[in-house]
Amino acid sequence: MDMFYAVALTIMTAATPLLLAAVGELVVERSGVLNLGVEGMMIMGAVCGFGAAFYTGSTGIGLIASIAAGVSMSLLFGFLTLTLVSNQVATGLALTLLGLGLSGLIGEGFVGQPGVKLWSVAGIDPLIPGAILLTAAVSYFLFRSKAGLVIRAVGDSHVSAHSLGYNVIAVRYLCVMFGGACAGLAGGYLSLAYTPQWVENMTAGRGWIALALVVFASWLPWRAVVGAYLFGAISILSYTVQTFALGIPSQFLSSLPYLVTIIALVVISGNRAMMRANTPACLGKPFVPDR
Amino acid sequence: MRILLEKRSEASTLMAISSPFIALGLTVILGGLIFALRGFNPLEALYVYFIEPLTTVWSIEQLIVKATPLVLIGAGLSVCYLANVWNIGAEGQLTVGAIAGSAIPILFPAWQSPLTLMAMMLCGVLGGMAYGAIPGYLKNRFNANEILTSLMLVYVAQLFLDWLVRGPWRDPQGFNFPKSITFEGWQLLPTISGAIHLGCLFALIAVIVLAFVMGKTLKGFEIRVAGNAPRAGRFSGFSRTRMVMFCFLLSGGLAGLAGITEIASTVGQLQPQISPGYGFAAIIVAFLGRLNPIGVLFAGLLLALSYIGGEAVQISLGISDKIARVFQGILLFSILACDTLILYRIRFLPRHAAAAQPAE
Repeated sequence: MDMFYAVALTIMTAATPLLLAAVGELVVERSGVLNLGVEGMMIMGAVCGFGAAFYTGSTGIGLIASIAAGVSMSLLFGFLTLTLVSNQVATGLALTLLGLGLSGLIGEGFVGQPGVKLWSVAGIDPLIPGAILLTAAVSYFLFRSKAGLVIRAVGDSHVSAHSLGYNVIAVRYLCVMFGGACAGLAGGYLSLAYTPQWVENMTAGRGWIALALVVFASWLPWRAVVGAYLFGAISILSYTVQTFALGIPSQFLSSLPYLVTIIALVVISGNRAMMRANTPACLGKPFVPDR
Repeated sequence: MRILLEKRSEASTLMAISSPFIALGLTVILGGLIFALRGFNPLEALYVYFIEPLTTVWSIEQLIVKATPLVLIGAGLSVCYLANVWNIGAEGQLTVGAIAGSAIPILFPAWQSPLTLMAMMLCGVLGGMAYGAIPGYLKNRFNANEILTSLMLVYVAQLFLDWLVRGPWRDPQGFNFPKSITFEGWQLLPTISGAIHLGCLFALIAVIVLAFVMGKTLKGFEIRVAGNAPRAGRFSGFSRTRMVMFCFLLSGGLAGLAGITEIASTVGQLQPQISPGYGFAAIIVAFLGRLNPIGVLFAGLLLALSYIGGEAVQISLGISDKIARVFQGILLFSILACDTLILYRIRFLPRHAAAAQPAE
């Protein structure tokens, strides 16, 4: 039973950063913006969160710093893609490359330093239920509130939303910032709760997996929970199996989450009718208000 | 104040030519700012970073050698991005190319003839093509997002390489270091002059061939149409699935060639780490080169300078060479921002004037 509890706990901690980042990106994509910079925002959240907690000794301040870092990065993305209508795919990639580089530079002095761990009750830290509550809130907000309806309208037809008098760019800015906050928080979770230390490139592709999760969830928040826990379970499974030394090379087990991501994408995307029904129609399309 | 974009009646040629230079200028200014914030004399640091490497023959040779994989990969990626095919997994295709090409000297260590080298290069290209074909196939057959699949495959390739050099392909006489046997003789690319090797010529040839294909052939036109007017492309009978596959095979093959070229020159054996992120830096090269093969050549040299300058400031001023990746990121951001100027005029309006504009 103890063993079972321990495994369940590690699955939860592995799933939580994925869920946080995925829910944030889900809102961004619902508003019609594709921000491929999740990995970059996440790693900046991780390094800034670690740094703030390292200097102040407070994980709360650390998490706030993570969110601030994520939001700042997302504003950079927003300025380019929304104000200067640059290519969203390329700008997202740029955000990831910049984040990975900048975090390496900022975090240079933190390598090998002891971290501060977020408090927890029986191993469960506040962000584990927090991420699920956030999902519930986002789900309610997107599908049961007027503001959520506006976001979805902007994402499905920015021209119509604009002619109805909604400020498309402002709505998208807010969504992009929310996505940045979530990605930053997810990064902070990694360096303050998952493994309380700073390691360069410690996000290890989790930002990209979160992006895949949004597709996997077909832009529905609750499915993101299922997806995140599934991926958390798979990545933990690969570590657990390693300890049993079944003769499977560790590298093969470590590549499992990435392979499963590909398989999940193939299975979900193969269903073209469902993809068409759920994908925000204006996803990735730039919008220039004619005055 | 509000920023307003006004669409130009046609793309500005002046801006198309000058935007990479404006972007570079912005990067230099921001770079100087970062140096100043870290307590260094910005002018001195910028001189060491961007100018000093160009003053000795040795470092110019290094520049060309480092630019080689960047240009090879960047040239392939620029074709992809022009056609709206988003291969961002070049790093993985580079890795598999390196593995496939290295299989020859590792499995047949005694085979020494010019054919050895040719077989290695061929295997490298084929390996990269095969690995690139996976996201291409998944895109065409299952509509799976090629950005995510190609990127996921990077991690898989790197883990596979890690397993190979720690396991079956480890040098038995290598004191347990995770490295393969050291390549020698015809398992390495011959040098042309100083550090410059035959692979640098491959990059030059790739650029010339692609410039010809893009500028003078129907295929080049088809690629451009696929990106700019996909509907028109469909009506004129250009197949989207074949275009996706073509782009992945081309860019994958070039990335594979870059991988085996690196192994058969600078690296000299298989090891867990074979590239400082050339596959990702090449994305910047492609955009900085305006998705044009000739432009990619110059952009590759500039990105190579960013690596070498990073090493230079670390050695002479003690600034971390991690600054190189920051510069690369800032550079890409600046290019993308400056590209707006090609299609739009930017107007700054005071807030009340903006509010007075009639809403449509």
